[in-house]
Amino acid sequence: MFDIAIIGAGIIGTMISRELSKYKLDIILLEKDNDVANGATKANSAIIHAGYDALPNTIKAKTNAEGNAMFDQLCVDLSVPFSRIGSLVVAKCEEEKKVLTELYERGKKNGVPNLKILEKEEVLQMEPSLTNKVAGALFAPSAGIIGPWELAIALAENAIENGVELKLNYEVKNITKEKDYYKIYCDEDYLEAKYVINCAGIYADKINNMINSPYFEIMPDTGEYQLYDKSVGKLFNSIIFQCPTDKGKGVLALSTVHGNFMIGPTSERVKSKENKGTTRRGKDFLKENIRDLCEEFPYSKIITAFTGLRAKVISEDFIIEETGNSSGFINVAGIDSPGLSASPAIAKMVVNILNNIASLEKKEKFNEKRKAITQFITLSDDEKSELIKKDKRYGKIICRCENITEGEIVDSIKRSVGATTVDGVKRRARPGSGRCQGGFCSPRVMEILTRELNVGMYEILKSNKGSYNLIKRKVENENWSGENV
Amino acid sequence: MYNYDIVVVGGGPAGLAAAIEARKNGVRNILVVERDRELGGILNQCIHNGFGLHIFKEELTGPEYAERFIDEFHRLEIEYKLDTMVLNITEDKTMKLVSSEYGLMHVKAKAIILAMGCRERTRGAINIPGTRPAGIFSAGTAQRFVNMEGYMPGKKVVILGSGDIGLIMARTMVWEGAKVSAVVELMPYSGGLTRNIVQCLEDFDIPLLLNHTIINIKGDERLEGVTVAEVDSSKKAIKSTEKFFECDTLLLSVGLIPENELSINAGIELDRKTGGAVVNESMETSVAGIFACGNVLHVHDLVDWVTEESRKTGKSAAKYVYEQPSEGGRTIETIAEEGISYIVPHEIRTKKVEDKIDIYLRVDNIYEDVILLIKTDSKIIKRIKKKHLAPGEMESVSISIEDIISGGAKLTVEIEKGGQ
Repeated sequence: MFDIAIIGAGIIGTMISRELSKYKLDIILLEKDNDVANGATKANSAIIHAGYDALPNTIKAKTNAEGNAMFDQLCVDLSVPFSRIGSLVVAKCEEEKKVLTELYERGKKNGVPNLKILEKEEVLQMEPSLTNKVAGALFAPSAGIIGPWELAIALAENAIENGVELKLNYEVKNITKEKDYYKIYCDEDYLEAKYVINCAGIYADKINNMINSPYFEIMPDTGEYQLYDKSVGKLFNSIIFQCPTDKGKGVLALSTVHGNFMIGPTSERVKSKENKGTTRRGKDFLKENIRDLCEEFPYSKIITAFTGLRAKVISEDFIIEETGNSSGFINVAGIDSPGLSASPAIAKMVVNILNNIASLEKKEKFNEKRKAITQFITLSDDEKSELIKKDKRYGKIICRCENITEGEIVDSIKRSVGATTVDGVKRRARPGSGRCQGGFCSPRVMEILTRELNVGMYEILKSNKGSYNLIKRKVENENWSGENV
Repeated sequence: MYNYDIVVVGGGPAGLAAAIEARKNGVRNILVVERDRELGGILNQCIHNGFGLHIFKEELTGPEYAERFIDEFHRLEIEYKLDTMVLNITEDKTMKLVSSEYGLMHVKAKAIILAMGCRERTRGAINIPGTRPAGIFSAGTAQRFVNMEGYMPGKKVVILGSGDIGLIMARTMVWEGAKVSAVVELMPYSGGLTRNIVQCLEDFDIPLLLNHTIINIKGDERLEGVTVAEVDSSKKAIKSTEKFFECDTLLLSVGLIPENELSINAGIELDRKTGGAVVNESMETSVAGIFACGNVLHVHDLVDWVTEESRKTGKSAAKYVYEQPSEGGRTIETIAEEGISYIVPHEIRTKKVEDKIDIYLRVDNIYEDVILLIKTDSKIIKRIKKKHLAPGEMESVSISIEDIISGGAKLTVEIEKGGQ
């Protein structure tokens, strides 16, 4: 019997797990996929928003600015890439400048620090590549960029370090309420926990409805993004938002923590929760919008495009509450933007809710630190030499575009939340994230995975179940034999 | 710090030929750096024949062609390091190398020959809409899996792009037991060699869909199919022509890009059209003493031309190491005009050319019965009748230095249409 079962190992589930691992609790974190951070966490804007966007007195407003302030310490402790580069909401006419004033006022109410409205000249001084059609901007120095899946993986690793158990490939199919605990089923298998925290992202409604009457519905909304080569990574210094207008929220552009340029998202309501395709429409939309920010943008430097799903609910606010009719079942649902920014504050809220039902006791020993994978290429010459002397695998470059060594790839596989797939390795150590997109290194990465996990090449998946990379040959005559049978 | 006369970056066909030629021209202290686990480069995975018709007057497979150079390379006892990556090159020709065996090495060279080859354009670079399932490979990656490692990427295949690797892989996949439904090509013509269209597609009844493209990719985990549509003259898909092809594998052969990241860091000027360095008649880049040859300079159609160009480069680098720089003479700029997409080299220093100079070029479209016109300023120095010119096939033209010296400051090449 666990004290707590957390359903969903995205940014919210991992953040809550790590926060609760500070207390004397037996916790299990359940994930339907074969890796953590596999839903919205791997496809979003990768921004820690300042917090002027949410309407005052909403949970979003309350948790965004509060969460934002918690990232410095969190990312130092967990060795996660994070940088407060600030954001600019860019207005292009007097009408839009009025929106800036509104956002400024709202931001102040929400507790966003150091907001400032800038005139045209100041904006262009900060961002020389920006279109000179800019009329002014709202500057929010507290906004930052982050590696979202790196954060979730780091949180999961640190939670495990502090005693949390992680169960992958555990898709919750049913939940029943027993006398004073819950039974959580995955097909025939089940486990028991006194409290359940539902962080199932776009499936949070489905999980809720297993035990409660339906009272919210997740209506997924897709956002398409485009990622460009590092040679255009320095186009803008801060995060650039278009000014929201009646026509839409506008797009954003930024340099990622890894130095690539990114633009997005589109916004489109979709029926299927599995719809993760990009579209021609989205492509044209983004092209048009980036031209609005920078007239001579080098589109040919695109590396890839991807789509994320936002877990929207009708109320447009986060749902963070113990459900009324079943004590001990907590929904953390409808976490769309600014969910990532708010996540540390959300975790605090959940701890408070739990503390009210079952008084929690802090552990004497909590290790808040987690070490990142050593990035060979970022080391000094002496450090590089030392590292290779200690472990020869750091002398072998596997990913030529990003200069990633075998040592880093092996480390990404051998960790407590280790990679088991090609995409899993890519998210942790970054081989295949560069301009060749794994053309050269993916066969090598697969080889290393087979060796380290002691499995065959055919078992190495790209990402989820069913995403096999190679097929077994059929034997057409009986004399044919070989290891591929 | 290790010192070498010449360091060659890359042990593929270009690097091998350049190193061999430099040695034959008297340079003793040469190092070839190869990032893969063996010499020979991409030829190792090109197990089909058709290599060497010009250089050896016989048809060899890729590994056979490489072997001839590797054998000679070993006979000449040229030093090389495998599994070694060049991390950085500076303008003063110091380099940082890394390998498991030797750790981090600092190397100083009198001359450097860049021979890193090229990489394939990706699905992301052409931004095909749709999902991102497993089963999408660049043709070269699939070729490595099948030919070198014995694995099969899939059984029902569509190929996008009719470059040579795409065409070769269409045949390979059929031989390996897969079904290839179509080769889809955006342009009204194939980017590959005519002989490959005949031998790899026509002989196997694989349809080549010209003026077509893929407009959507379907499949959540593994590829389930692609939507193909015909395009109009502005390359926009025509809605009524959309057709779904069920397949578990999509191979991309949509262009090759010279791998010039090291060159950019070294401050070498690149040509936007070729994606390679701007070079003079000696294949020397804008940084004195750094040379480039093979597919890192411009993408070649035949390895024979890579060899020819790289030999010339090896010889030039040897001269650079041993000879005093000679002053004087004029510098002539080469200019691609009507119908020509690029010319290599970009400039010719007359003093450096002995008797004749070979220039390499590609045309921008299919041309039948035209004349290739070579002029210096307005004076015509050569008229070459061509029955057939295609962007997929590189042309080379030999020009006598006498003709260049007597002309102006510019050497232009153009296509004269209908000129019989």
